[in-house]
Amino acid sequence: MTEEYIDTDPFEMCKGCHRRSRRSQWESHYYVCPVCGKYKNVSAGYRFSLIFDNKSFKVINRGITSDDPLNFPGYKEKLRSVKERTHLNETAVAAVGKISGVKTVAVVLDSRFFMGSMSQAAGERITRAIEAADKHKLPLVIFSASGGARMQEGMFSLWQMAKTADAVEEFSRNGGLYISVLTHPTTGGVTASFATLGDITLAEPGALIGFAGPRVIEQTIGKKLPKGFQRAEYLYQHGFVDAIVERSELKKTLTKLLMLHGCKVTGGTPW
Amino acid sequence: MVDKIFEQTERIDKKIQDIQSEQKELNVSGKEDKYFENEEKIDHLKKLRSDLLDQCRDLTPEDHVYIARLSNRPHIKDFIGALFTDFFEQRGDHLCDEDEAIYGGIALFHKIPVTVLGHRKGRTVEENVACRFGMPSPEGYRKAMRMFKEAEKFNRPIITFIDTPGAYPGMEAEAHGQGEAIARSLAMMSHLKVPVISVVTGEGNSGGALALSVANRILMLKYAVYSVLSPEGFCSILFKDTSKKTEACSLMHLTADELYQNKMADEIIDEPLGGASFDPVTVYDELDRAIYRNLKELQKMSPSQLLADRHRKFRRI
Repeated sequence: MTEEYIDTDPFEMCKGCHRRSRRSQWESHYYVCPVCGKYKNVSAGYRFSLIFDNKSFKVINRGITSDDPLNFPGYKEKLRSVKERTHLNETAVAAVGKISGVKTVAVVLDSRFFMGSMSQAAGERITRAIEAADKHKLPLVIFSASGGARMQEGMFSLWQMAKTADAVEEFSRNGGLYISVLTHPTTGGVTASFATLGDITLAEPGALIGFAGPRVIEQTIGKKLPKGFQRAEYLYQHGFVDAIVERSELKKTLTKLLMLHGCKVTGGTPW
Repeated sequence: MVDKIFEQTERIDKKIQDIQSEQKELNVSGKEDKYFENEEKIDHLKKLRSDLLDQCRDLTPEDHVYIARLSNRPHIKDFIGALFTDFFEQRGDHLCDEDEAIYGGIALFHKIPVTVLGHRKGRTVEENVACRFGMPSPEGYRKAMRMFKEAEKFNRPIITFIDTPGAYPGMEAEAHGQGEAIARSLAMMSHLKVPVISVVTGEGNSGGALALSVANRILMLKYAVYSVLSPEGFCSILFKDTSKKTEACSLMHLTADELYQNKMADEIIDEPLGGASFDPVTVYDELDRAIYRNLKELQKMSPSQLLADRHRKFRRI
């Protein structure tokens, strides 16, 4: 099964400049605002179709869904309504496909599902994807986007950080290549676990990336944060991101990196 | 609420102290009637005090949070002083800075060389500020990692003490990679070839606490709490309303008992009524025995068994 990008409105508004553009225009611009250039959050299915050859990929671990480990009041109902609204059943979607001929495991955290917050199920899906990449000696690409921990799952959410970091470390020690792509917004426990443990770290332009949320920092230090703080460009300047990559260039960049790590890529070297 | 009880016990303690100092003078001047009258007063006050503490038998999760944060609760320096000998402090991350919010070094535990470290909140205002109330910066986690690596190199077990409101949310901390530092610490701890025991002594909040507690064994003091975020942060995220703290504390499953039930804490270290600050020595004794017992068990394992043991603990969650 694949996640489809469903939208019936012929126009879509940009959250940055509030201008409406035709869907076809958005599409041809890789869902980057044709007017102001702001990046729109896209679905897991769209990301997979963007990087995998012939838009062909196989979703894995889809059966793992969120439980309610703490019996949190209202959580089950909220899960149900979010599932209905987003047509997703968890934030982390994992798939296997080929990037320029190289079989690769990819995971996308879809921020439409509970703000991409880390749940037990999401952590399990990510961990299994890393373990699958490790087992089959495949490169791993993870597109992170997260508001942080899933509060309703308490400590079960927090410990996903240790679980995923452990899996990445094991994968890394076994020689696996992990490319981490930070997308808007990547914060909290995801930033403080697998998202910042890549061999190569890429980021989308303008993405908010940080551990503590800007609001919490402002409250703590008692002043307004400067413009551009915690944006991809800021992290690039401070040495935590290797490259900021336009969405249109992403597949090309991934292909180049795969090639440089010894993978046999098809389709030439157009960089 | 337990804070009301503590207000009263504090007042009683003060009174007892006053009378006791008066007694010394009376003893010298030979006013026996007054002396015996005072002794009776003291007995009465002590009875009152123990009756008050008796009310601490049934505490709410919010009370646990309150006790866990008490500034007179034993802190890392107290634990190191009581449980270890020959402590040598290690300072700095040896990359760019020293972070006082993480305190530790090498010491002997029952003659076994160990690396011991943990969060430090400080007790005086000056210390609190220097330690940012126990909220580490990335440099603090990098300092911990340097100590972990050194411990592994010399095959020393690691014992960590957890007591933090969370990692410091500041501009500089972000610029220096707070998230990356915590992530590296998690990854490193998960693969350490030596026994790791963590003791949650006060409040263990969020990634800032987890970063030092990827351990083979997690022990929790009875009134310690361990949670995904501070109850205040939890309220503001989930309820957009910080006045619902009581409710949040109950929903978060953050007490030692609840963590034990959820198989996250391996052992609970008993505390006297009202918490460790009322009688720290009994807590040191029990903790000492518990760490020793667990350490002996872990020392029987090979490095790969230790790794597998730690992996299992976190993998099943």
